Amino acid sequence: MTIRGKVAVIGAAETDIVGVIPDKSALELHAESARNALEDCGLTVADIDGIATAGPSPVNIAHYLGIQPSWLDGTMVGGGSFMLLVRHAAAAICAGMCTTVLITHGQSGRSRIGATSRVLEPSSLEGQFELPYGANGPTTLFPLGLLRYMKDFGLTHEQVASVAVTQREWAGHNPRAMMREPITIEDVLASPFIAYPLHRLECCLVTDGGGALVVTAADRLASLDLPKKPVYLLGSGESSESPLVAHMDDVTTSRAFRHSGRAAFQEAGIQHRDVNHLMIYDAFAHLPIYGLEDLGFVGRGEAGSFIVEGNTRPGGKLPLNTNGGGLSYTHTGLYGMFAIQESIRQVRGEAAAQVADVDISVAHGVGGFFWSAGTLIFGTKETI
Amino acid sequence: MAKSSRIVPKITGPEPTPDTRPFWDAAQSKILKIQRCNSCHQWFFYPRPFCPLCGSSSVKWVETSGRARLHSYLINQRPGPGFEELGPYVVAVVELHEGPRMMSNIVDVEPDPEQLQLDMELEVVFEERGGVSVPLFRPVSEKS
Repeated sequence: MTIRGKVAVIGAAETDIVGVIPDKSALELHAESARNALEDCGLTVADIDGIATAGPSPVNIAHYLGIQPSWLDGTMVGGGSFMLLVRHAAAAICAGMCTTVLITHGQSGRSRIGATSRVLEPSSLEGQFELPYGANGPTTLFPLGLLRYMKDFGLTHEQVASVAVTQREWAGHNPRAMMREPITIEDVLASPFIAYPLHRLECCLVTDGGGALVVTAADRLASLDLPKKPVYLLGSGESSESPLVAHMDDVTTSRAFRHSGRAAFQEAGIQHRDVNHLMIYDAFAHLPIYGLEDLGFVGRGEAGSFIVEGNTRPGGKLPLNTNGGGLSYTHTGLYGMFAIQESIRQVRGEAAAQVADVDISVAHGVGGFFWSAGTLIFGTKETI
Repeated sequence: MAKSSRIVPKITGPEPTPDTRPFWDAAQSKILKIQRCNSCHQWFFYPRPFCPLCGSSSVKWVETSGRARLHSYLINQRPGPGFEELGPYVVAVVELHEGPRMMSNIVDVEPDPEQLQLDMELEVVFEERGGVSVPLFRPVSEKS
């Protein structure tokens, strides 16, 4: 059985603004994006019978919005959880558990209004094998394998910096992006180290915002009077590796990325050359490098030069992170939702930095610090 | 550099669980002990009551050589809670000579990329952190 082409994203929207929102709680950000996504497809909460979110409980979101769900999913495996939630929603819809799923994200990552914190007990795995070493949080965990990658494959500091430069170039085309001023490789390398070998401009933003999606069965689309064209799910994958970054099989490649990506491409039945738009969750500048290789767009050790050569920049053959990404657009904490939103906009043809003739877009998310991965492949009706 | 020159982080120490207690008990005696499978004979870490590589329930705790190589690292400029007085510090993945990798700090060396070459030889040292003896690693000095 396959779910290829059997469900579609019919509503997709973010909060009115993203960035600094000091006057709204995290729940308000969920609700605002949910209501915007419903408006985007002309539905109401009465049409929703499935609810999914990551972070807060879906119970909270359903009750806050006034939804009586027949299906709930609160899978929380990090910032890429939304990729998994779309996949799970597709499976639930195909199994007849529900017809129309609302997936929400809202996070007051910067202003911390109504925010919740992840508390690690000293007896947890992290409490025993990471916290005693002052490793707590993204900057002390995500970059841990990067020096090994740089040594093994000859990746240079300039090549890592070029990821941030390229994404800033995309952000310059996006009025909603937080950081839009062009930067150079020299600017990146002159910014202070946050965790050597990564500089400040190679680390994601910390922002407030949200996004939501409405997903339904493809065979219901004819009965709905939708204002926008649906975006079909062609394939998806998910996986996990280690909860402790030091215990990845190989710190220069993500087993979860490879497993998830393979499943998605296999289900979609497409080749990499068929993809004309790509989103890779970029909490840090090295993540698109890992993603390009682990998803199979380039060979091992080739991603740095692939980016420096301009392949992923505006006008390049594989436009990547076209909203500016977590580095320059926004990063609330669980960024995956925003990568999906940009894929939907690009397939619809309504993105700020619209790429010409996008018919297939891939959105790939990471959860935690290479804990997990989720991959979604979206397409227009013509690609089914 | 003498061990006494180190600034010790002010943290709540790791709290052993039944599956990890032999590791921490050995560390208290300044011994780095990890597990090895009696069936496939492979070493593994972090602790589990079975072999994650072949599934065997027959595993044993064995003292390691305490020697490792520097597999990868970062120099953290934003100290976590309790680490504020250390200044920049090195969070590393070390590869034990027995094979498994683990996170640790590299101590008794300047947090300077010139002084921290990947694959350099390391040896285990123990430091009391929050009342628990925690394994750290330092470069093997030329005379040792």
